[in-house]
Amino acid sequence: MSDAPTLLHEPWPSLAREKEGVAFGLWTFLASEILFFAGLFLSYAVYRNLYPDAFRIASRETDILYGSINTAILLTSSFVMTIALHASELDRRRILASCLLVTAILGLAFLGVKGLEYADDIDKRLVPGPDFSLKPAATRLFFALYWVMTGVHAIHLAVGVGLVIYAGVQVQRRAIAAQSPAIEAISLYWHFVDSVWLILYALIYLPGRS
Amino acid sequence: MSETAIESARDEEPGAVTASYLVAGHTLKSWLTTTDHKRIGILYALAITVFFFIGGIAIGLVRLELMNPKGAILSDEGYNRLFSLHGIVMVWFFLVPSIPATLGNFLLPLMIGARDVAFPRLNLISWYIYAVGAAFTCYAIVAGGVDTGWTFYTPYSSLYSNSNVLAAALGVFIVGFSSIATGVNFITTTHMLRAPGMTWSRLPLMVWALYATSIVMVLATPVLAMSLLLIIAERYFGLPLFNPSEGGDPLLFQHLFWFYSHPAVYIMVLPAMGVVSEVFACFARRRVFGYIMMVYAIMAIAIVGFLVWGHHMFVSGESQYANVVFSFLSFAVAVPSAIKVFNWTATLHRGQVTFEAPMLYALGFLGLFTIGGLTGLFLASIPIDVHVTDTYFVVAHFHYIMVGGSVSAFFAGLHFWWPKITGRLYSEAWARFAAIVMFLGFNTTFLPQFIMGYGGMPRRYHVYPQEFQVYHVISSVGALILLSAYLLPLIYLGWSLLYGTRAGDNPWDATGLEWQTSSPPPKENFEEIPVVNAGPYHYHPAEEAPDAARREPQEAQGRKP
Repeated sequence: MSDAPTLLHEPWPSLAREKEGVAFGLWTFLASEILFFAGLFLSYAVYRNLYPDAFRIASRETDILYGSINTAILLTSSFVMTIALHASELDRRRILASCLLVTAILGLAFLGVKGLEYADDIDKRLVPGPDFSLKPAATRLFFALYWVMTGVHAIHLAVGVGLVIYAGVQVQRRAIAAQSPAIEAISLYWHFVDSVWLILYALIYLPGRS
Repeated sequence: MSETAIESARDEEPGAVTASYLVAGHTLKSWLTTTDHKRIGILYALAITVFFFIGGIAIGLVRLELMNPKGAILSDEGYNRLFSLHGIVMVWFFLVPSIPATLGNFLLPLMIGARDVAFPRLNLISWYIYAVGAAFTCYAIVAGGVDTGWTFYTPYSSLYSNSNVLAAALGVFIVGFSSIATGVNFITTTHMLRAPGMTWSRLPLMVWALYATSIVMVLATPVLAMSLLLIIAERYFGLPLFNPSEGGDPLLFQHLFWFYSHPAVYIMVLPAMGVVSEVFACFARRRVFGYIMMVYAIMAIAIVGFLVWGHHMFVSGESQYANVVFSFLSFAVAVPSAIKVFNWTATLHRGQVTFEAPMLYALGFLGLFTIGGLTGLFLASIPIDVHVTDTYFVVAHFHYIMVGGSVSAFFAGLHFWWPKITGRLYSEAWARFAAIVMFLGFNTTFLPQFIMGYGGMPRRYHVYPQEFQVYHVISSVGALILLSAYLLPLIYLGWSLLYGTRAGDNPWDATGLEWQTSSPPPKENFEEIPVVNAGPYHYHPAEEAPDAARREPQEAQGRKP
């Protein structure tokens, strides 16, 4: 692969070290991200503990069909991303590029479905405010957290889609090598965002449906 | 492509080490697009200096107002906005980035024998993130300011305040990412890029301190970011998150806020501890006493520091059980802090102590940090805390730690490494004078605040009973002395940049890899990556040249015209 001039960057002494370093750095960043979401999970835990009934009632208003479809989409995308990472390690540029493309499409599909769900939620007047439709006051807390949590997650996912598309284009153009450490970094980030969704799925859609 | 091919390709680069980093490009663009950690450190230094003086002007007006018990100069609103501005700017745009982002950026790779931080471009991006956050906060200032105090307590900040909470909170939210990026960079650098032989037990304490600080930055800052995001969601989108009339819990906000903001004190103080460890060892010509315990103490402070946030809420309605636990843990964090103070003292004991300017600043740190730490024990104790909550006692306590401690150490480090950073020496006499004035000015300002706080003077009031006036006047005069002490370095360090004699590579005869390269260092830091075969602080007083010879600059050549 002589067409990969940008594989090794300053200040790394070797490519193996750089790969290790990029992965290490990304794990450190993910530790930070976990704490970021932990603030939301803590708030959720406090309020659900204070108002268990309101949280059950509010949770039943969410649309589990959309949620489940989205869970399936994201799990599939994580699977495809794993193949992409494998292709990267084996230096299979084409497979890598197409897997990144599929991952990005699945990510966009998730955002599309989420958009439909948001539209329904707005129709059902589930935005806390003057015309909020549910009865016990504390259901507003559930939906306030619902909007913030899914919104923050959607922003993370949108960033992920951007990164995946960018990497895919760069790989396709041979601007970066298939074995670039960036691929592993992006895949770690992608899996992280998917994992957060699994937690959100359990927190948002399931409480009222046991 | 094999790895060896890449390595040999680098070896063939012509002139691997040439001019210093300062002359590796003269255009503004070469500075604003640099990925050199040393230049980024200087960019940060310039930025935080601007904010230091913005915050200083704000508090200057506040102190002027407080000379008179009737509050003659400012309106109530104006007063609230000024002290809020002072707090927000000083904490988030000066103190938190001060040592890590300036000295840390400059020194960390040099001290571990690396060519740069692990992610140089991320490092540059983090400075731009800082700039964007600063722009939002500047907008908030220009648009009329914020009146919530630096803590943004809900529901006042999220519902009632008629000031620019959104812009200010967004500015702080954004600057947090700069902090996280720096933390990730430092942790990865320390783990992955140490020179051959630089084992964990041979790291200078400054590196340990930066490492521990980075852990706090990476794990605490996101929680602050989230709590600010929730304020914004409540204020801007009307989502009821902390609103008690909707069932929300304002105490939850305080938990989230202090989970960051207490550890943030350690973001300010741990690097300060690293700096003074280096300075004490150098100017006492001794190995740091109890190196391993110092390392454990640094890590213990970083870890226990995460568990004490609840002491900010003793009177907020937290449960008594939580109070007792947080009180105990707050006392516990004093143990590693005391270990450090005792070990510094032991380092000085029987050392060949000389009193150069960095040493004077560091000794200032030792005294002020000790007072701040001991009064922290008062506040960790629930009954006393209940008595002095939200009084000037608390204000004095945290200023002793954050300004007396952190800023003194920042100046100690700035003077200690100034010859390395700029290649020039400054006027030793003026620097010593400034260090002493700063110490006196600081105590004049803040000692009276302990007394009036204990006597019941609440913080954040600008109209107060006559009996406190004498303390406020002393405090304001102290602030004036402090201001002059802060202006002095600006003058003599600026003079040193233009006219200072050449420093030579190692003017203090200090140990440490950063002193083995030239001053100022070349862009690549080292001609060849050094190999380390001993622990830090190998000062051998018996073999030292006499003091007088040591102070001579190594290069005799004068300044170029």
